[in-house]
Parts: sequence; C-alpha cells; structure tokens
Amino acid sequence: MKPAYDEMHDAAGGVRPSYQSFADWLKSTAPEVIARKREEADLTFHRVGITFAVYGEEAGKERLIPFDIVPRIIPAHEWKVMEAGLRQRVKALNAFLHDIYHDQEILKAGRIPKEQVLGNSQYRKEMAGVNVPGQVYAHIAGVDLVRAGEGEYYVLEDNLRTPSGVSYMLEDRKMMMRLFPELFARQAIAPVEHYPDLLLDNLRSVAPANVADPNVVLLTPGQFNSAYFEHAFLAQQMGIELVEGNDLFVRENTVYMRTTQGSKRVDVIYRRIDDDFLDPLSFRKDSVLGVPGLFSAYRAGKVTLANAVGTGIADDKAMYIHVPEMIRFYCGEEPILQNVPTWELGKSDDLKYVLDHLPELVVKEVHGSGGYGMLVGPTASKEEIRLFREKIIAGPANYIAQPTLSLSTCPTFVDSGVAPRHIDLRPFVLSGKDITMVPGGLTRVALKQGSLVVNSSQGGGTKDTWVLEN
Amino acid sequence: MLSSTADHLYWMARSMERAENTARMLDVTYRMSLLKHSTVGPFHEWAAMLSISGLHYDYADRYGEITADKVIRFMALDEENPASIYNSLANARENARAVRGTITSEMWEALNHTWLEIRDMSTRGLGEENASRFFEWVKERSHLSRGITYGTLLQDDAFRFLRLGTFLERADNTARILDVKYHVLLPSLDDIGGAADYYQWGALLRSVSAFESYRKVYRDLITPKRVAELLVLRADMPRSLAACLNEVNRLVHEINGPRSGELIRRCGLLHAGLRFGTVDEIFSLGLHEYLTGFLVRIHELGELINTTYFWSTDE
Repeated sequence: MKPAYDEMHDAAGGVRPSYQSFADWLKSTAPEVIARKREEADLTFHRVGITFAVYGEEAGKERLIPFDIVPRIIPAHEWKVMEAGLRQRVKALNAFLHDIYHDQEILKAGRIPKEQVLGNSQYRKEMAGVNVPGQVYAHIAGVDLVRAGEGEYYVLEDNLRTPSGVSYMLEDRKMMMRLFPELFARQAIAPVEHYPDLLLDNLRSVAPANVADPNVVLLTPGQFNSAYFEHAFLAQQMGIELVEGNDLFVRENTVYMRTTQGSKRVDVIYRRIDDDFLDPLSFRKDSVLGVPGLFSAYRAGKVTLANAVGTGIADDKAMYIHVPEMIRFYCGEEPILQNVPTWELGKSDDLKYVLDHLPELVVKEVHGSGGYGMLVGPTASKEEIRLFREKIIAGPANYIAQPTLSLSTCPTFVDSGVAPRHIDLRPFVLSGKDITMVPGGLTRVALKQGSLVVNSSQGGGTKDTWVLEN
Repeated sequence: MLSSTADHLYWMARSMERAENTARMLDVTYRMSLLKHSTVGPFHEWAAMLSISGLHYDYADRYGEITADKVIRFMALDEENPASIYNSLANARENARAVRGTITSEMWEALNHTWLEIRDMSTRGLGEENASRFFEWVKERSHLSRGITYGTLLQDDAFRFLRLGTFLERADNTARILDVKYHVLLPSLDDIGGAADYYQWGALLRSVSAFESYRKVYRDLITPKRVAELLVLRADMPRSLAACLNEVNRLVHEINGPRSGELIRRCGLLHAGLRFGTVDEIFSLGLHEYLTGFLVRIHELGELINTTYFWSTDE
C-alpha cells in the first residue's frame, strides 16, 4: 500500500500551497501558547457542554468529542469540483426516492435489480404513491467523502436519514475563531456560520402548499439521545421550538403542539427520530418517542417531515453501488464524485475474492450504521478476522467489502506531539426549493495511530474545515 | 411557548432557588448552633430544621444520631437525599439541559459549571470547617444565575416562567425559614430583648439578607413581631412573602392564557391577604398557624400552575 496522501505535506516533506500560511503561523507560535490554547479549547467545550452520549455505556453518561486545532484545509478549486459532485449526487438520490415510491422507471428500465429495492427492508411500502412537497425526500444529506490522492475524492457513504455532526462543524469554527482570530485575518476562509439560516430557509421552502407562515419545529427523541446537544443547538440557532413526541398531538389529520396558550398548528417537522419510532399507530407500536397519527397527517399532506419517511432505502449500503447508475439515469451525466470500488458479498465471485483477501479489506454490514458492524482488515487481529469470517459466511448478502483506501492524513496534536492522522469529510447538502450548502463540512479524524475509523462513537475527533476562497 | 418548555424553565428556577434557600437555612442553623448564648442545645436546632423540611425520618434512617456535621453532609452533598443542595443543582441543570434552546448560552454555561463544581465537591467531600464557605458559594452561584438571566434573556414568557418558579419557591422557603426559627426560639419568647434573642433573631435576619434592612426600617431592638412583619408583610423586602406574591401575582396576569382564570383568582386572594393584612392579625392567629396555612396555599398554587400551563389535555 502506498503511503497516505497528507493534506499538509507533499511526498518530499514540503508544505502544500494551501497550508503555507498556516504552517508559517505554526512555526512562529510558541509551543506553550499552543498548549495553553488547546487547554482552553478543552475547558470551553466542557463548560459549554458540547458532549455526546455513547450507546452501550452507562445511561446519561456524557463525553467530549476531542477537538484538534490543526484545521483541514481544502483549496478553492478542489471544493468547486466537490460541490458540483455533491449537488449532482443528492439530486439523483432525491429523484431516485421519488421514482421508486411512484412509477419505478429505473426498475422498469432494468438499471437496478427490482428485488434489491422492493425486497429491501428499508423500502417503505407505506410511502408508495405518497406525494411530498417539491418531490424532495432527503432535505438534509450528509455525504461522507474521503481523499485517496491528489484530486482523488471518493464517496464513502450517503447519509439520508438523520445525519448528524453539523453542530460540531459550527462549534469547531467558533472555537477556532475564538482561539486564533489572527489566523482568519491571514487568508480568506469561506464562512460556515450561516448554516442554520440556510437550513431554516430550506425547511420553510418545503412546507405544505398554502401555508403562508409555516411553523417549523425540531422533533428530538429527548435528552438521552446521543445527538441531543445538536438538536437543542440547531433549534436555538434557528429560533424554532425543540419538541418531543408528547409535545405534539394530531387532531383531524392536523399536527398541533401543546403550548401554555393552548394548541398551535405545526407545518414542518425537522425530525431527528428514526422512521420506526415516528408514529406508534403506523410503525413500531412500542414507540413512546413518536406522535400517534403523525403518519396519517403526513400522508394527507398536512405536515412535512424532513427528512421524508423511507429515505433509508437510498443510503443503504446495498444501494450505494447503484448511485453512479442513478446519476446517469436521472441526470443524464457521468458522476463527478466516484464511489469506492465495492464487492457485493451476495455474489458468489465477489464473496470468494473477499474471503480470500479479508486482511486487506474493509467489510461493512449492509444495514449497520455508526461503524459497529464492520471489519477493518489491516488493523484487525487474526481472531477478529476469524470471527468476522464466520459472520460473513452465515449471511453473505448482509455485507459489502471495499479495498482499504489509504485515507488522507492531516497533522494532528497527539500525546507525542504533532503526527499525521487519517481524516474524512462530511459536507451537509440541503435540498428544498434549491440545493444549498456551506463550503466544507465536518472533518472527522481517527485519533489512534493508523486507525481508519473516524466515528465519534469509536474514539474519533473533529477538526475545523477551511475552504479557501482563492 | 411549549408547555413542556415552560415546565422545565419553571423547575429549573425553582431548583436553583431551592438550593440557595437550603444553603441559607443551613447557614443560619449553623451560625445559631455556634452561639454561646444559645438557650437550647444544638441538637434541637438541627432537628427542627430537618422536621420543617419533612426530612427527619429519612435522616434518622440513614444517619441516626443528629450532629451538625452529619446534617450538613445530608443536606449539602448527599446524592440520595432528593432535597439536598447537590440534587437541587442537579435538577436545575437537568431542566436547563432540556431547554438549552430556550435559555441563553451564558445561562446554560453558568448552570453547567455550577453542576460540574458541585460534582467535584461531592467526590472530595466537605469538611465542617468549609461549611460556611460552601453556603456562600451556593448563594453566589444562585446570584450569578439570576443575574445572567436578567442580563441576557429576552423578557418573554420564558423569562416569566423562570421568575414564577423563583418567587413561588422563595415564598415557600422564606415561610419555612421563619417557621423553623420560630420553633426553635419559642421557649425563649418571654425573654424578648435579651442578648440571646438578639443573636438568634439576628442570625435569622442575616440568613435572608435582611439584617441591614431591619436596622434601616426599624432603627430599634430586634423583636419577633417586627421580624415577622419584615419577612411577611413588607413588600419592599426582596425575600418577604409579600414581595414574592407581588411578583407571582403580576406574572400570572402577564402570562395569562386561555385557562388561567382560577389561578389568577387564587393568586389575587393570597396576594391581597399579604397586601392588606396586619402583623397583629397574624399574631392573634399565631405565626406558626399562619405560616402553615400559607404553605398549604403556596402548594395549591403550585398545583394550579401545573394544570393551567403544563398538563394541558385539550386534544
């Protein structure tokens, strides 16, 4: 495997142009100053309470997501390509969702195997024939990108259900500006702080027809959810109500919220609850997080849910391999952003190859999320590989495999000083009347040496992401 | 405003106020127990404090014999005592966390910081010698929270529900503080104007930050009747029952809402009694009896606030 591409240094050890200004600053700043600022960042994050809960740990326990002060810098010309690629991809994914819940042209054309869509547990039959405003399903998409080499970006996965992390993008920027204002004076860095405004505009643009001044709310599972901080943060930034299921009720297919002044109609729900828990009358009956009757109001077009119900089919790992085909089919264009080459273990040839090469590959569960059900071959022990092999053989169709990309690295502060660590990028793409996004996104960094897993639940950290304006 | 948000705001403010008043109550008891002139044993003072808070059985089960050190531990940092300062601050913080989108970030940061600090203290423990400093700290954190609320929060219904919680809780707590001291001081009532009395009532006044005010208003000996007048009827005393009910009454009018008729009526009644009552009337009924009745009414107002604003069932 060739050495990873480093965002800051070229192969000869020289500093890349995009990092020149930062490198100069770093060289001229005393280590004590930086150490102090790093401490300050830690204290501030604790005091502000930017924490997340970890599944499987003691209930209600909170942890900080480590923040690293070395920014991830993206040159303007690279972002231009990425932005165009993201627009194209999300447009195609929305078109695909509309299509498979209506005329199913792409299936009729034989471009994607019918059974892979209709037989997928993520396909919501309840959504067939339901019309949603503007034919937008994935109002908020978090598309994970990784870089393998110069100008070589790959899409790792599309998150179209309730993608999270944007609050860290915003807080990381705030923190960097607070700690190192002088850095922002040195070069033009594209702002991201207006994301909540874009999001609110986007949500208002998909309100049911004939609603003049839509009442938008954010529906959270509650304060023990791992992303609760983000829910509260976004609601506050947008100036909308943060509601839980029992704040809402449905009367005659209309959704209301309970207020101290009586009930008030709700038009758009930015929901951060999974489909299964939205409405105990339509989905999981044991859900106490949802609102009885919500789905019926939704089907009747009286309320907009963002994201729509049933988007899980489009970001399922089994569907991932078909996204380039979706782009060709719906946009009539070649994909700008590439997929990572992927083996489908349901196919016997692919399965054989993968089983023979497990130590080199990354294997992912098709319906898993959050990095729990995956094997990273090169860093796994023999025993881990043996156990995973048994799981694969028990149900090959549940897995896909990809080559271990040498994800790009970025210098990062670690115990021993500054060292390269692997990173990825999650831009947030908003779809409503238009497609909008702020430049950059959330950069996640795997803090363990050599690790390729950047998920915060697996010990990943975050960095501020700078898109240069020239 | 969402009913559940209003509920959290109200309880956030109540819990913070409760923490402050518990610190005040412990502080006055501690000071009184240190007085050489104390005519009653220190045991009696701490016991009276526990009984007025309705906690003497819980305490006895867990700690047995009453000592200053143990009562302070029980009331300050005990995680299993729902009324401890520790738990009041935890409640304030949990409620704040649930409405982070509604309060300002400065408010949240202050509350969260308070919580992180007391959590540290609870692992380190609190020596008796640090008790006074601890009570001061609790009061300061409460002052800080209130100050930040005033200095940063939009004065809309969120602000009003916070204030409603603060003043309802304060009315309850001032009545309790006054009542507990009355309990303790009862045996010495004949000795009005004596040195012991001066120190005892002085400590009580200090605990509600009313010592200097008493001097300014009366320029005379400290007598139980005047203390009661000051803490019950003086509307310009920030912690008096009259001042609290002034606020509560104003707030329920400002918040209004489609179901608040009965709440407004009951607040008005209680408020009028304080506004137009006299200290002689109170003493002819008996201060303890008066305060007991007042606490019942405050409890009823709390219930009405629940059903009026928080538990609407108008589906």
